[in-house]
Amino acid sequence: MLVIKEELMAEIRAEAERCYPDECCGFILGKLDGNEKTAVSVTANENRSGNSERYHRFTITADDMLKAEMQARREKLDIIGFYHSHPDCPAIPSEYDRSHALAVYSYIIVSCVNGKAAGITNQQLDPASDYTRFTEEEIRIWQ
Amino acid sequence: MAVTVLIPTTLRMFTEHRSELQLEGSTVGDVIASLADEYPETKKVLFGEDGKLREFINVFVGADNIRDLKGYDTPVKDGDEVMLIPAIAGGSPLESVIGERLGEKLTNDEIKRYSRHLLLKEVGVKGQRRLKAAKVLIVGMGGLGTPLAQYLAAAGVGTLGLIDYDEVEESNLQRQVIHGSRDIGRPKVASAKDSIKQINPLVKVEAYNEKLTAENAEDIISEYDVVADASDNYQTRYLVNDVCVLLGKPDVFGAMYQFEGQAAVYYAKEGPCYRCMYPAPPPAGLVPSCAMGGVVGVLPGIIGTVQANEVIKLIVGGGEPLIGRLVTFDAWRMKWRELKICKDPKCPICGEDPTITEIEEYDYEDFCGIKAKEEEEAEVEGIEPKELKRRLDAGEKITIVDVREPHERAIAKFPEAVIIPIGQLDRRQDELDPDADTVFVCKEGKRSILAVRTLREAGYKGAAYNLKGGTNAWSRDVDSSFPQY
Repeated sequence: MLVIKEELMAEIRAEAERCYPDECCGFILGKLDGNEKTAVSVTANENRSGNSERYHRFTITADDMLKAEMQARREKLDIIGFYHSHPDCPAIPSEYDRSHALAVYSYIIVSCVNGKAAGITNQQLDPASDYTRFTEEEIRIWQ
Repeated sequence: MAVTVLIPTTLRMFTEHRSELQLEGSTVGDVIASLADEYPETKKVLFGEDGKLREFINVFVGADNIRDLKGYDTPVKDGDEVMLIPAIAGGSPLESVIGERLGEKLTNDEIKRYSRHLLLKEVGVKGQRRLKAAKVLIVGMGGLGTPLAQYLAAAGVGTLGLIDYDEVEESNLQRQVIHGSRDIGRPKVASAKDSIKQINPLVKVEAYNEKLTAENAEDIISEYDVVADASDNYQTRYLVNDVCVLLGKPDVFGAMYQFEGQAAVYYAKEGPCYRCMYPAPPPAGLVPSCAMGGVVGVLPGIIGTVQANEVIKLIVGGGEPLIGRLVTFDAWRMKWRELKICKDPKCPICGEDPTITEIEEYDYEDFCGIKAKEEEEAEVEGIEPKELKRRLDAGEKITIVDVREPHERAIAKFPEAVIIPIGQLDRRQDELDPDADTVFVCKEGKRSILAVRTLREAGYKGAAYNLKGGTNAWSRDVDSSFPQY
């Protein structure tokens, strides 16, 4: 389960709208305790996919990831997941999402229709499938 | 040396939830090996099926990526920090290639006709209206084009373009079941159009009774959403691919020979193109066509149907398209295989620095070695069937050598011919009389050219000719009792 404050969700939605019609992406930092994740902050990252690809792809490079890892360590936090948007597409994970996903992390997807954030889902790779398939991870949003 | 290895969240479940490990090793390679030794479960995340570290996992020593250092040989010393850092990616699902376009509302007749599609939630009314709005071009109306046209018409694709410049021949009917015995001699596109109208009169058919060329390809293909390549030659395959890449359209590809077939979706916007997979064609004449080597009749039915399925998925949207994958099928052994294909950053048309930017300036025949082949063929002197017949009747001393395969000779024997396979010409050239003319015979007059060239290269000095047009021309011009095949 991922526990996240509404104001962080609002940040994610705002980033999705800001980047529209391209995809946005960023990190979710927080604490990991067994299967329970608690988000503490979110950090937007520049989408490093090519100009012509950003409408349907996002990339976070290893250098970006290294910086985020260092930031997390300074704040005694972990990277617990990532968010990205699906401009004018439903918030369901694509095959491309699945084939690039990593175990344990939460993947929040925001659908952004005509520039307005719409549906939100949260996925993680399912241990029961040996981390080959997504399953919806419970998300608890508090005020 | 003891170094600190920092473990990202994704790996911690395999390291007893520890975020830092002290591991021994004098190079990065050693350290990773001892991590895999101590925590074997990490291997399934770190290493691919080939046993190498996965491409998206990066290793840093301090702030430096080992790719910029010495890779796995990068030395590490006491107190160094080694970090395993994954790169992260994702994206939206591939929606329909026709975007948000929808065909007119379905009529009650259409609802009845397409009921089995409408019952599938993956297709539904929206998918069916997308099919109705879609325009698909099928290049080649032969073996692969047959099931493509039939199933796409039945599925309710709004507009089907058919391009082929051939006429229906008797030898097509064993597999090109869209044409019938009564269609022999008619343009293939005309015959196919009639069949499609029988299957589904709601489909609009555009028939192009011409060859797809560098001059007309962009104009024609730009009218369509998806192109299905059902052609049988390399020039057309490269041409279709290139135009599709430049116009941003998917190329649903199929090919086959004898008992084997393959299919893939080459779509440069989403993955590799045909040139990423096959940067250059094989030398002209090396890969025989179905007309030379034969093909089992149901094979195009299977491969062309796979292509039709991919076309439908691209239009309806969703599913897992055959992008970045190639399926091969062996009908004789009944085996399917799947190969992963990658986008080539150096690809001359869809890579990072493309050199092919215009179609009309590109010489496809030259690229595929057709011109060089024609020049080579022109060097070999041929003899017309009627001329050979006249000289034989006049009692001239001529040696005829049949280079066809044994199973072809079982169809019909060429009169008075000696049998020498091409592979044996070198060592059996003594059996030929250099003072007499020798004429080589095959089915179409192509392998006989190779035979003459082989013999010359082996040092034979006598006169050697090929029978122009082979046994098929002999049958047409001299002896109609000799079967054409």
